[in-house]
Amino acid sequence: MSQIHVSTKINGDATEYLCEPEETLLDVLRDRLGMTGSKEGCGTGDCGACSVTLDGRLVCACLVLGAEAQDREVGTVEGIAEGDSLHPLQKKFLEHAALQCGVCTPGFLVAAKSLLERNSDPSEEEVRYWLAGNLCRCTGYDKIVRAVLDTAKEMRSA
Amino acid sequence: MRYEAPRKLKRAVALLSAESGVARVLAGGTDLLVQLRSERIEPDLILDIKRIESMHAIAAERGGYRIGAAVSCAALGEHAGVKQLWPGVVEAATLIGSTQVQGRATMAGNLCNASPAADAAPALIAAGATVAIAGPGGRREVPAEAICLAPGRNALEKGEIVESLYLPARPERSGDAYLRLIPRSEMDIAVVSAGVSLSLDAAGRCSAARVALGAVAPRPLRVEAAAAALIGSDLDEAVLAVLAAACAAACDPIDDKRGTVEYRTEVAGVLAKRAAVIAQTRAGGAA
Repeated sequence: MSQIHVSTKINGDATEYLCEPEETLLDVLRDRLGMTGSKEGCGTGDCGACSVTLDGRLVCACLVLGAEAQDREVGTVEGIAEGDSLHPLQKKFLEHAALQCGVCTPGFLVAAKSLLERNSDPSEEEVRYWLAGNLCRCTGYDKIVRAVLDTAKEMRSA
Repeated sequence: MRYEAPRKLKRAVALLSAESGVARVLAGGTDLLVQLRSERIEPDLILDIKRIESMHAIAAERGGYRIGAAVSCAALGEHAGVKQLWPGVVEAATLIGSTQVQGRATMAGNLCNASPAADAAPALIAAGATVAIAGPGGRREVPAEAICLAPGRNALEKGEIVESLYLPARPERSGDAYLRLIPRSEMDIAVVSAGVSLSLDAAGRCSAARVALGAVAPRPLRVEAAAAALIGSDLDEAVLAVLAAACAAACDPIDDKRGTVEYRTEVAGVLAKRAAVIAQTRAGGAA
């Protein structure tokens, strides 16, 4: 079977890869490009651990084919920090202890960043609805929601 | 398996028509990729329609809106014009799955996946939406209720592809609503769902209505007897009871872990009543 050649942009960098037609973007990121920040929780779009942005739109990488990324822009958790300096969301997640095992964290960060880019002052309800597709099996969601609200507040005053 | 992403609709139809094996159309992929992964389907051709520009358009047309088959539910939910004209349809679109799923899933795909519980179906059927289908023999337009034939089976012939959905213009004093019952606040499959669209005359009486139910039969249902009960009335209690009874009579549900036959049948009427009252309020009528 012939592989598909894909040229895309990941976190702003031009990237090329070969993939099988049935291979998901998540498998490409993790297994071909070594970008293991995006996690596979369920593989069926239920848990949000593989959240990435595709042309700015929040999606599950497990529900996107690698081939579909041709000429698109992909954003992953690896692109959130700027070099060594963490994104405000990352800092607030640490400050609020909004993680335990950490498997869901990359997905929450990508999803929360996508929310704050659209809405700089979300209500708690809006945060909870937006993040309803990200499952955490350790902490429950209160600390995560608090970290997101606190980040929003800080970013508004910055 | 081959993956093709043509830029022209004509080419897409030609590829689908020429495929001798199993072909599947990829729009949002939120159902297709799950089916691929579980090996429930093993297609020879995946045809991605998202490179076809017109598939992404939401265009005003004859007082209504034409929505490309690749328009995501999220994009639909952000469209102020559609939201204002058909709030019930947008309500259904923004109930499907999570934020992530809405970023990919399409109303056309939800219809074509042909689940009797699809959220898109009752809302589009109640809206009187039509579906434009391109195929080797040209273009045809069918009502939304003609798409799902049975669980997992849609009305598309070989080589055919949904091009767009059309939401018609509506008179002043019109409203629609979609409600579904799930055991949690979101992200679940409908146990029962109901869509109602209606128009009121100057005196506030219902002059036109369409009622549709989901998850209570092998396919989403348009319930004409329920709509007939509303027409000419001001949706008083007695009329709403007739509406509920007509809905219950139309139900032919299954018993499963989500709900029993009795429960689904009862709730169908309750949801239809509530949706009718919301639609009436949206149309500017008495709440």
